[in-house]
Amino acid sequence: MSILSGWGRTPKAACHVVRARTEGDVAASLGDTTLIARGNGRSYGDSALNPALTLDMRGMDRMLSFDAESGTLVAEAGVLLEDIIDTFLPRGWFPAVTPGTKFVSLGGAIAADVHGKNHHRDGAFGSFVDWIEVMGADGQVTRASRDGNSDLFGYTLGGMGLTGVILRAQIRLRRVESGWIVQQTLPTGTLEEAIDAFEANLDALYSVAWIDCATQGRHLGRSLVMLGHHATPDELPSDKRRKPFAVKRKRAKRVPLDFPGLALNRYSVRAFNELYYRMGARKAGRAIVDWDTYFYPLDAILDWNRIYGTRGFFQFQCVLPTDTARAGMHQLVERIAASGQGSFLSVLKRFGAQESRFSFPQEGYTLALDFPANDRSLALMDTLDRITLENGGRFYLAKDGRVPRTVFSQADPRAAEFAALRREQGWDRAFASLQSERLGL
Amino acid sequence: MKGGPVLILGATSGMAREIARSFAACGHPIQLAARNVARLEDDRADLETRHGVAVTLHEFDALDLASHKGFVEGLPALPDIAVCAVGAMGTQEENAANPEKGAMVMRANFEGPASILGHLANAMEARGSGTLVGISSVAGDRGRASNYVYGSAKAGFTAFLSGLRNRLAKTGVHVLTVKPGFVATAMTEGMDLPEKLTADPKEVGHAIRIAVQSQKNVIYIRPVWRLIMAIIKAIPEPIFKKTEI
Repeated sequence: MSILSGWGRTPKAACHVVRARTEGDVAASLGDTTLIARGNGRSYGDSALNPALTLDMRGMDRMLSFDAESGTLVAEAGVLLEDIIDTFLPRGWFPAVTPGTKFVSLGGAIAADVHGKNHHRDGAFGSFVDWIEVMGADGQVTRASRDGNSDLFGYTLGGMGLTGVILRAQIRLRRVESGWIVQQTLPTGTLEEAIDAFEANLDALYSVAWIDCATQGRHLGRSLVMLGHHATPDELPSDKRRKPFAVKRKRAKRVPLDFPGLALNRYSVRAFNELYYRMGARKAGRAIVDWDTYFYPLDAILDWNRIYGTRGFFQFQCVLPTDTARAGMHQLVERIAASGQGSFLSVLKRFGAQESRFSFPQEGYTLALDFPANDRSLALMDTLDRITLENGGRFYLAKDGRVPRTVFSQADPRAAEFAALRREQGWDRAFASLQSERLGL
Repeated sequence: MKGGPVLILGATSGMAREIARSFAACGHPIQLAARNVARLEDDRADLETRHGVAVTLHEFDALDLASHKGFVEGLPALPDIAVCAVGAMGTQEENAANPEKGAMVMRANFEGPASILGHLANAMEARGSGTLVGISSVAGDRGRASNYVYGSAKAGFTAFLSGLRNRLAKTGVHVLTVKPGFVATAMTEGMDLPEKLTADPKEVGHAIRIAVQSQKNVIYIRPVWRLIMAIIKAIPEPIFKKTEI
């Protein structure tokens, strides 16, 4: 038995863990109990926890083929995005969609149908998945794509591992001409201006905003909207142009100890947000930054989840549809700022339209921020849940470890359909997580 | 960087996979050897896809001593570096209850590895260059009730490597002994291992490549193991025999 948790370090559960290194290992673990596949443990809550059996997929980490013409990669589910970047960026390819950490597995990225800063243009991770191979409850491996077994394909994207064990996938990478990003920072004085900035820049490949959720009043929701695109060699200064993919990897730092609970309080958080905004505003305009700094600023601090202490933290992430987003986001940020529980890094992002069976994104705006796990923040998040519901929003399962079943099913009518399908297909008897049980999926 | 071929014996383990990747990343062609090589097709694809090196697969049975000479002669090229990651732990209870099973563990961890490295050593000595890497174990540093059957085989293998290094010191052939300590692999699946003492297979691959390049003689993957084993070895036998470690 091992004590496992998601990245948020809460909830924790004693789980029987088996590491799968081959397809045969996966088949051998089916049958006696339910199980959930786990990649690199970067979902925040209880998505990848099953006390009866948590199948550690990191042993299945082989890349099987790469087509240098089309940029298509076939790989096993345990391969990390980090490995893909290390291998293919020097050859001019980058993940077409990447979340805010490169330490996610391919299988995890598919299961959560993760999104990146280009969702408004390109959709989620699944848009670039050609096919997946999934082991079902009977040990049979099915290849599923948009054309064949499309139901299994559709429900496995965003299905949180509840349709079977993802073994392999073929994905398409993006051609890039350098390892650098041209970044444009637009400071905005309010939330409304931030949304205006997103709407005015829908053609930017990447857009995301850091939003201040600690300041009340007329600067409520002030943000740093950051746009970006992959630099072409002629956008680079001459010293970088000669070797456009040579980006010096910075040495990652570690958090040496769990911070005491007091380190994060309304004063330190407000001071941090003030400073961050001012520093960002001063650096407003155009800058050339390396891919690692641009996409993965938090990866530079390896155990950043320890700053919340041993009690851990919850991440809140919802998406509000376009028509309610302005008013709804205002209510959310106002409530958070008034509570004095805003976090260091809150993120606002515009989503584009996405058809999906059970994926999180829909057209509108998404807000993500973390809270230390305590009674006050749990009460606040209940309020945020209510505001989300009132505005027709829904919740991101890869971040969730606490949303009540009733709230989730109200927010997402697809939950009942998915649960019914799971029963009909017999998936519920083979694949389950603490999250699926909590939410009745 | 380019280099000569690297042979990995017992290539199906998680540790072997990372050792192969570490050398392939530096441009070495890789020869993967194990029983039932069909299992290694995906590993070959992985090394080719990640690192663009040539990979060949070779049927090899560590327990079939009679085949070892022919195996070495049959390789497409005598490797520059040969890593022996062959081994099997069994469980101590079984090994103790059934000495025949215990003897098999000894053969898999000592006799087989010593035989194949013996043949490779002779060929490398004749050529006048090469590096032999033996993956032994901290378990061989002192016999303990919890795994002395496996440990005694590894003790034998450690002594063999030490003697081989001594014999070949002036011939241009170098011998590296690796004592990994705890490693998170299939072999240790289900054991409750202390985090600070447990290396990731990736760490092992990296450390071995560095040790080969710098011609180290004996390495522990996590340095703290050198200290731990020094203490365990220093405990007087009358006390040691009553302990449970």
